[in-house]
Amino acid sequence: MTGEKPKSLRTHLPVVYPALMLCIFFIIPFGLMVAVSFFHREPGGFYIPGFEFTNYRNLYTALFGRTLLFSLYIAGLSAAVCVSIGFPFTYFITRMRRRAQVVWLVFLMSVLSLSEVIVGFAWSLLLSRTAGLSNLLVWFGLMDKPVAWYPGFTALLFGICYIAFPYTVLVLYPSLSRLDPALPEAAQTLGATPIKTFFTVIVGSLRNAIVASFVMVFVFTLGVYLLPQILGRPRHWTLSVLITDQAIYQTNMPMAASMAIFFMFVSLMLVLLTMVIGKGKQAKSA
Amino acid sequence: MTKTLRIAFLSIILMLLCGPLVIVSGVSLNAKKRLYFPPDGISLRWYQELLTEKSWMVPVQNSLTVAATSSLIALSIALPLAYFLWRYRVFYARALYTLGISPFILPPVITALGFLSFWVTVGFYGKMITTMISHAIFFVTLPLVTISLGFESIDHELIEAAETMGADSKTVFRTIIFPMIRPYMISGYAFAFVLSLNEYIVAYMVAGFTVETLPIKIFNSLRYGYTPVMASVTVVFVLLATIIFGLIGRFGDLPKLMGAMNPEEK
Repeated sequence: MTGEKPKSLRTHLPVVYPALMLCIFFIIPFGLMVAVSFFHREPGGFYIPGFEFTNYRNLYTALFGRTLLFSLYIAGLSAAVCVSIGFPFTYFITRMRRRAQVVWLVFLMSVLSLSEVIVGFAWSLLLSRTAGLSNLLVWFGLMDKPVAWYPGFTALLFGICYIAFPYTVLVLYPSLSRLDPALPEAAQTLGATPIKTFFTVIVGSLRNAIVASFVMVFVFTLGVYLLPQILGRPRHWTLSVLITDQAIYQTNMPMAASMAIFFMFVSLMLVLLTMVIGKGKQAKSA
Repeated sequence: MTKTLRIAFLSIILMLLCGPLVIVSGVSLNAKKRLYFPPDGISLRWYQELLTEKSWMVPVQNSLTVAATSSLIALSIALPLAYFLWRYRVFYARALYTLGISPFILPPVITALGFLSFWVTVGFYGKMITTMISHAIFFVTLPLVTISLGFESIDHELIEAAETMGADSKTVFRTIIFPMIRPYMISGYAFAFVLSLNEYIVAYMVAGFTVETLPIKIFNSLRYGYTPVMASVTVVFVLLATIIFGLIGRFGDLPKLMGAMNPEEK
């Protein structure tokens, strides 16, 4: 019954509504944004249709360049941290009994679903002077007086890794849970230590999955918008903050749109590059 | 040796994941309007204020209404789409599926900006229906992925058997297909619901100044005066997510669902 070609126009009926909804509310908005990025901006927040590259030319500023580089840098760094911790973690989870796996998954999904604002607030409390971790250290006699550990780069990195970590685990979970248990067993029978088995057999056979997960986590962390404002200083603000600022507070939609398009273009290029490098490496080692 | 290391590793991760939540729960119990940890006196007044203070009640209602409606719209888009892609082979199937998952893959600020330019142009900026439809499109990926998985898990022999016994396609859908994909529909709805409750940037961009949802309200209070209500609302959110995902874990096949949550797999 499945997998056949639609017989008549009428059989297309169920797909009309979803396709229309996605076209009207996703493709058209997206196309509109692309169009607006070429529009002419009038003083006072309005814009008129046109076709000019002024908005893209205006991107060429120190602030935009620095923000773009910082966004890519912190996303790459947190993705690297998350994948290197998340990989062994996910491996351990997939080797647990089913019940324990479900409990961990429920917990991770609950953390993952938390709003950035909630995570930011929670970490700002944890790192604060009045309610934070430093009070605990004072209590143990390890510090003289409580201090605030935010805002700052480290605080921001912790916050981003906190939301990206559950995502990393869920992205890695399918490939790790499908890993044939015979593989590590064979390696150990042949005399490899568990640690050596982990790095050569398990990491080795899942190199593709690791690269793909890194890319997905990288794109995910590129989206952080509130954490930089809560846990970071203004110099730690990411492109998402800059774009929203242009769109809402400077009411410069053409500028915001051109930023967003450029941002997407650069991230797509980086994703493709990572994929190509990942494939090249595999071809060499094979 | 390796076992001890593994347990230590898992415990550190668990502590790091729980740490902020423990602090927030403690802070939410403060007796005075202070954000102290350990709390200065114990009271539940900040939970009460969440339900009685109008400035918190309105965002709570907004968020619940938006989440319930938008996930329903997302489901209504995902169900026929997933059915069609499973039932028929068409050349544009892959394109449609990619379209369905792309709002979720792009950095949210880009999708949000697209919505903003659209809604301003059609003159619906700042309305609640705007937030609902935007969230529905933004989260359509979740029911689409779960329901597609549900369709794939249906045994073809069952359908053939029913057809041999003389059931027409309507009866097959009603008596076999629908009951089998129902759990996947519920999971997809639940995912979209919880994520919509927590979503900030899209809601902020398309109607942030008129339709205040809870995340927007929390961020505003973060800027203009801290209150322990922020902590109590966080605790409620964490509990709500845990309960909903816990139910899916209890009554559904969570490991299997997670195995397919990776869009790379398609």
